[in-house]
Amino acid sequence: MAKRIEAKNLNIYYGKFLAVSGVNFTIAPRSVTAFIGPSGCGKSTVLRTINRMHEVIAGASVQGEVLMDGENIYDTRVDPVNVRRTIGMVFQRPNPFPTMSIYDNVVAGLKLDSGRKKKSVLDDTVERSLRSANLWEEVKDRLDKPGAGLSGGQQQRLCIARAIAVEPQVLLMDEPCSALDPISTLAIEDLIQQLKEKYTIVIVTHNMQQAARVSERTAFFNLAGVGKPGQLVEIDDTQKIFSNPTDKRTEDYISGRFG
Amino acid sequence: MTVTAPAPSGSLLGARAGGSRQLKNLTAMVLVYLSFGVALVPLIWLLWSVLSKGLHAVTRNGWFTHSQRNLTYRDPGGGAYHAILGTLEQVALCTVIAVPISLLVAVYLVEYGSGWLARTTTFMVDILTGIPSIVAALFIYAVFINTLGDQRAGWLVSLALVMLMIPVIVRTTEEMLKLVPNELREASYALGIPKWKTILRVVVPTALTGILTGIILGIARVAGETAPLLILVGYAPGINGNLFGGFQASLPSMINAETLNLNSGGTYGLVNGKVQLIHNYAVDRVWGAALTLIVIVMALNLIARLIARFSKVEQ
Repeated sequence: MAKRIEAKNLNIYYGKFLAVSGVNFTIAPRSVTAFIGPSGCGKSTVLRTINRMHEVIAGASVQGEVLMDGENIYDTRVDPVNVRRTIGMVFQRPNPFPTMSIYDNVVAGLKLDSGRKKKSVLDDTVERSLRSANLWEEVKDRLDKPGAGLSGGQQQRLCIARAIAVEPQVLLMDEPCSALDPISTLAIEDLIQQLKEKYTIVIVTHNMQQAARVSERTAFFNLAGVGKPGQLVEIDDTQKIFSNPTDKRTEDYISGRFG
Repeated sequence: MTVTAPAPSGSLLGARAGGSRQLKNLTAMVLVYLSFGVALVPLIWLLWSVLSKGLHAVTRNGWFTHSQRNLTYRDPGGGAYHAILGTLEQVALCTVIAVPISLLVAVYLVEYGSGWLARTTTFMVDILTGIPSIVAALFIYAVFINTLGDQRAGWLVSLALVMLMIPVIVRTTEEMLKLVPNELREASYALGIPKWKTILRVVVPTALTGILTGIILGIARVAGETAPLLILVGYAPGINGNLFGGFQASLPSMINAETLNLNSGGTYGLVNGKVQLIHNYAVDRVWGAALTLIVIVMALNLIARLIARFSKVEQ
């Protein structure tokens, strides 16, 4: 199921503006990789290139390759819709579909992508996804109520359930806990630990403790300088990054001496 | 307490500064309420006039079942069935044509449009917004009657109304689609849902209430139009349910026709050989038709809101 992700010489643009340059990394299957770094350094931008969400923004473009098990997802013959079906994404702010019930939110990806599905199949998917997202017990009696009526933490778990309902190979999380309180954050972090058994997970976070808690590998991004594009400073085992990083800039950032 | 000097002195000063702020706040509030009242006066006045003068005509027996065939302003009775039928038919045909076009144009402009084609489309919609109804009517007349040799008929009115309805619906739908947060589109794309399905199943349903309001606004805009009726279909006091042949009545043209009777012949007439004051029944019919028109538009509004409510997930 889970797949290996490789980035080769990624240059990411917004129009003519080079936002991130020269990114290379490899992400092993069934692992959690955290992207850390100061605001505006391009962590989220890099994350969005992994499932071709970057190009949704008008004028945005990408140079270089992203390989999923050796297959370049930026090949001209590849349909971005298929890429996104394989690589799911959870966003910073919980964004359940406001017109849909909890049930419909979970099966949105399944129902909307192609034809009719059997009710029993959908029911199973809903229960399995909500259980995986640790939300089943809380909502099983009100699946027909709107998803927007849940609390923020529940909404975010609903979004995770929605993302894993389509059975992706990789799950990208863009600061999934930044809008949540510590208890909901803990619930999501526990969930990440469970999900990595099945999925390759990449998580962007501003919270370094969170990166240390949940990830095996950590990538540190930084701006190459004022007015210069962002870059990947280093990627290494989380333990090494937080105890003995190779690069001086990483150490400055981790220890809080930065900026 | 720690000695943080600005806080206490700030709060003391704040009391005085607050005085002038409160005054400003009060002034603004009074002005807002006053404006609200001023805006409400004509609305209530209008509703009251139409209700008080039209209600007895509308509630009289036969108003919704009879036409004005063979009735003059001196004859009581008759109804507005012919006009209601014509209005509903013409507006329905217009809506059926205009709504799909408008929705597609709005979706194109918000979700796909960029470059010169989108700019041109926006410009054209702007121009349509400014077209007086009589110009739209004359355009249809020139194309279909002068050039193609058609006869005056109800469906030509519908076509003229389409030109007036499209910009209203396009504008409101555009605004409503723009209000749908981009996060929802991205959430949908990230699930591997193609763009067209995202628009159909996520964006449009989210904006549905607003879109329905836009459609109702469009209907309200055209239901009261008079110029296209006078030019393209005329008026017939009898019932004609055929959109594609013959003169056809509608509520605005009925109001217009009856208004012409208000002063023709005066309100005195010969009754049993003596000159006596007689009631001018045209007056009742004018107000009755006006009230009926308002009620139809309001009923549509209500229906649209109910649809919007029931199409949502139960809160």
